Amino acid sequence: MEQYLEIVRTFDVLGAFWVNIRLAFLASILALVLGSLLALFRISPIPTLRWAGGAYVTVFRNMPLTIIMVFMTLGAWGQLNFVLSRDFDTNFFRLAVVGLAVYHAAFVCEAIRSGVNTVPIGQAEAARAIGLPFLASARLIILPQAFRGAIAPLGNVTIALIKNTTVAAAASVATETSSVMRTMIEFSSSYIYAIFFTFAIGYLILVTPVGLASTYFSQRLAVRR
Amino acid sequence: MDHGEATTTTEHAPTSSRLGHPLVEMVDVNKHFGDLHVLRDINLTVRKGEVLVVIGPSGSGKSTLCRAINRLETIDSGAIRIDGEPMPEEGRDLARLRADVGMVFQSFNLFAHKTVLDNVTLGPRKVRGTRKDKAREEGLALLDRVGVKNQAHKLPAQLSGGPQQRVAIARSLAMHPKVMLFDEPMSALDPEMINEVLDVMVALAREGMTMVVITHEMGFARKAADRVVFMSDGQIVEEATPEEFFTHPKSDRAKDFLSKILTH
Ligand SMILES: Nc1ncnc2c1ncn2[C@@H]1O[C@H](COP(=O)(O)OP(=O)(O)O)[C@@H](O)[C@H]1O
Ligand SMILES: [Mg+2]
Repeated sequence: MEQYLEIVRTFDVLGAFWVNIRLAFLASILALVLGSLLALFRISPIPTLRWAGGAYVTVFRNMPLTIIMVFMTLGAWGQLNFVLSRDFDTNFFRLAVVGLAVYHAAFVCEAIRSGVNTVPIGQAEAARAIGLPFLASARLIILPQAFRGAIAPLGNVTIALIKNTTVAAAASVATETSSVMRTMIEFSSSYIYAIFFTFAIGYLILVTPVGLASTYFSQRLAVRR
Repeated sequence: MDHGEATTTTEHAPTSSRLGHPLVEMVDVNKHFGDLHVLRDINLTVRKGEVLVVIGPSGSGKSTLCRAINRLETIDSGAIRIDGEPMPEEGRDLARLRADVGMVFQSFNLFAHKTVLDNVTLGPRKVRGTRKDKAREEGLALLDRVGVKNQAHKLPAQLSGGPQQRVAIARSLAMHPKVMLFDEPMSALDPEMINEVLDVMVALAREGMTMVVITHEMGFARKAADRVVFMSDGQIVEEATPEEFFTHPKSDRAKDFLSKILTH
């Protein structure tokens, strides 16, 4: 036991989780912004924007996340000189955040669109009838109701995103959990089960509240009709 | 009839001096839904201060006609003018013109996530740029006028149909519209709530509001309408004063329709 705790401290397991938490937090926010914008495109009256939104979702929803993450380092950074920080590690970290966000934005968009489908067409018509232009009626009437109808699916996207932060290993973020776990097991394979359970329980602790919260708020904030 | 002679502007010259200039003009309007020809050569003029009732069987195109006026439905050909201005295709100009055309829906369509008062003040604040306290003051006065001031801070879902529809009327009035469109405003209401909405509408008509009302409530037509337009299969088949129309319908289709609604 003593020895096991020693390993956990040496490899800074908490620090590794902190990396994934930061990845998840920043990528969620970015994905939410990008996904909302895409949803706006998809419900907009302008056919070109609708098409662009649809194309984005089709492409990124159907592409493996690992491939996007590898592209972020080898393609975006390596070939296209897409640099987000002078600091080497920070750069990879930010590239991973962008990769995660770009991928999950497609799912956020679909979650919000399912929320938009919970808003009766009459709401948009009433908004238009009092003279609100498209953006104002989207911002004031449709999206606020759509978000409240999309809390459960948005919760699912967030859960997927938190777990998917481990794929940041593919974008050379070596300090995140799955990379650290692998190194720990290689270093002291006799503790393989203990190490495995440490990380498994860590993720349970991280993810479970998100699911509970999204269930609670999706009921609490549901729009009464 | 408690005011003036009715007018049928498409066929006769206006006979009442109470009515003002044309506010809504539809000229040769046609509209299809796929193969279905829902509006056929519609010519209709509504004058300032006029109360027009549109009546006709289900599916005859009444809602489509009403929604075409504020361009919730586009039209295939013809022209629609509001107060002399052609309805713009889209964008800000369309929004601006829509603000002058009030619309009351069968299913109320109150903004479900906003309080009753916010429903009424949203348009003035966001479209007209009215200051918050002024919009609030006016909103409360309007809610008082339609008799729901004590519900101002409730959400729409907490109200039953009658009060919701009165809020919807207040929401439209808050924009100071030139004309108001009502698409079967009472048909989703329980019978005991029809009168409270009817009273509000009759009062509006007496105050000189220009109104286009789709309704089968003969009570409203008789009390408040200047003119009744009968639609069938996308056409205006007949127009007359309410008295004339309900007692001596001319066309067979109108006779047939009236015999059906009068028996129940
Ligand atoms: N969005 C739509 N798409 C296709 N057909 C429609 C649509 N809206 C209405 N219709 C059809 O057009 C006809 C006229 O409808 P409507 O104007 O609602 O009639 P009314 O209000 O007189 O009952 C009906 O046959 C209806 O089924
Ligand atoms: Mg209808």
